[in-house]
Amino acid sequence: MKYPLTIAAIALAALMSPAEAAALKDGGDPLASARWTDMEKTFLAGAPVLFDPRVKVVAPSTAENPMQVPVTVDATALPGIVEVVVFADFNPIVQVLRFFPEEAPAYLGFRVKLQQSSPVRAAVKTSDGVWHVGGTWVNTVGGGCTAPSAAAASPEWQKRLNEVSGRQWSQGPNAGRVRLRIVHPMDTGLVAGTPAFHIEEINFTDTAGRRLMRVQTYEPVSENPVFTLQRGVGGGALEASGRDNNGNLFKARIEQ
Amino acid sequence: MKRLLCLLLVLLAGSLAADDFDYRLVAQPVARDVYVFIGKTEDFDTINGGNIVNTGFIVGTDGIVVIDSGPSLRYGQQMRRAIARVSDKPVLLVINTHHHPDHFLGNQAFADVPIGALADTRQGIARDGDAFAENLFRMSGNWMKGTEVQVPNRTLSAGKLAVAGRSLRLIALDGHTGADLAVFDEQSGTLFAGDLAFNGRAPTTPHAQVAHWLAALDQLEKLTRESDFSVLVPGHGAVTHDAAPIRQTRDWLNWLTASLREAARAGLDMNEVLARPLPPVYDGLPVGAAEYRRSVGHLFPAFEQDALESGR
Repeated sequence: MKYPLTIAAIALAALMSPAEAAALKDGGDPLASARWTDMEKTFLAGAPVLFDPRVKVVAPSTAENPMQVPVTVDATALPGIVEVVVFADFNPIVQVLRFFPEEAPAYLGFRVKLQQSSPVRAAVKTSDGVWHVGGTWVNTVGGGCTAPSAAAASPEWQKRLNEVSGRQWSQGPNAGRVRLRIVHPMDTGLVAGTPAFHIEEINFTDTAGRRLMRVQTYEPVSENPVFTLQRGVGGGALEASGRDNNGNLFKARIEQ
Repeated sequence: MKRLLCLLLVLLAGSLAADDFDYRLVAQPVARDVYVFIGKTEDFDTINGGNIVNTGFIVGTDGIVVIDSGPSLRYGQQMRRAIARVSDKPVLLVINTHHHPDHFLGNQAFADVPIGALADTRQGIARDGDAFAENLFRMSGNWMKGTEVQVPNRTLSAGKLAVAGRSLRLIALDGHTGADLAVFDEQSGTLFAGDLAFNGRAPTTPHAQVAHWLAALDQLEKLTRESDFSVLVPGHGAVTHDAAPIRQTRDWLNWLTASLREAARAGLDMNEVLARPLPPVYDGLPVGAAEYRRSVGHLFPAFEQDALESGR
């Protein structure tokens, strides 16, 4: 395993600035998490792994609200991306989401529930089979996964379940950006008496039917999830469609 | 030698833990027979022990009214001793202005006295008190030892309250939390504004309804224009003889909400909003950057929802 990994590191280093190449690591978790070995086995088994500064994971070092910790994954500096998996080492449910940036840049903003302080990581698989890993520690007082959703306390959400509100920005500093919010309790199943109930898949397509991005979401994604994508300007309307684990479908058009 | 070493270690440990858990509360007179204990304009930590809040008391003809009881059992006990150094009259009533923990966790030291609060404040303390206390144990450490929630046992409502030979005007407002009680002592013209007003410290917003808060500030400012107004005691920060803390709090809330609304409309993600620097006018404002970041967590999702829903 060691040999091809080093080859990959050298090949990558040739394409990078000296500072970035120096930051590349093919062993030893830079976040020094006791759970790293397990994470590697669970998500990245059998493939070469590089800790890569080109995988940017932005999150607050201290999360005020563990139910809504903002996370932005930006892997747009990496070419040939196949898949991105996001996980939090110390969460009771570690897998947060996966996304497959097909026609859209590998950029996704979202929010997660954290039960306790944990690394939040993105592992990015490139077409050469290498996993590029970035991440950051988030400190929190916890409670995010075993606290009931606000929706669980109020029947109102049922009327609006899977309602999508979204917007595209075609001007200004954020031109080319898409943001959307979906009404959903995203119950983890960890609260007694409340079964897991969450959105499982979201597809973003353009008016020509081309898929820009596919996102698989799991229990730790926050209630009423909000997503931020970069799709570029001039692409026209966007369709967001998907389903939750109870088979409820949604489809919404986000005009440009 | 070994013994000497042990002794040295004990001495060293003793000096490191020199903490005597003494808040060093000194009652400061702000008007005739009206005193306050002024806390630091900081966040809770293991050095200040949670003494970041203003509490006070009014000495009437036949007893004493206490306004807010501080962040811990120890604070409550020390406060009661400090009050006794000023007057030997009995404490007849403790008022909790709202359900935030730095204002009621000293209640235990007044368990033998009626403790009054607005109905929603009583409910809020019963509902969230334990979680708040747990959080303060985490932030202030051993200063919290022995602290347990003592829920107010008397419901107060808006209007005149005659107590301890004093006439208090109770003003029931909301916005900082779901129920914020301001207390105006008519005899001395002292307005205890609770956490509706912050002075020289960024306001906190975990349970804020900003529109209601702004309306409450207007009402309080009107009161400061009455001829019998003399002193304003904010929930945090220095006492004033004018409405400056009210205006300061209003300015912060207006800036904060305008900034979050504009950010949501411009399409910013929460992480980008968190990363924004404060405007120069708030450079050096105690806990300004920290409270801004907390407030983004509390308030931004609603502005975001508005911006996204208006785009449909």
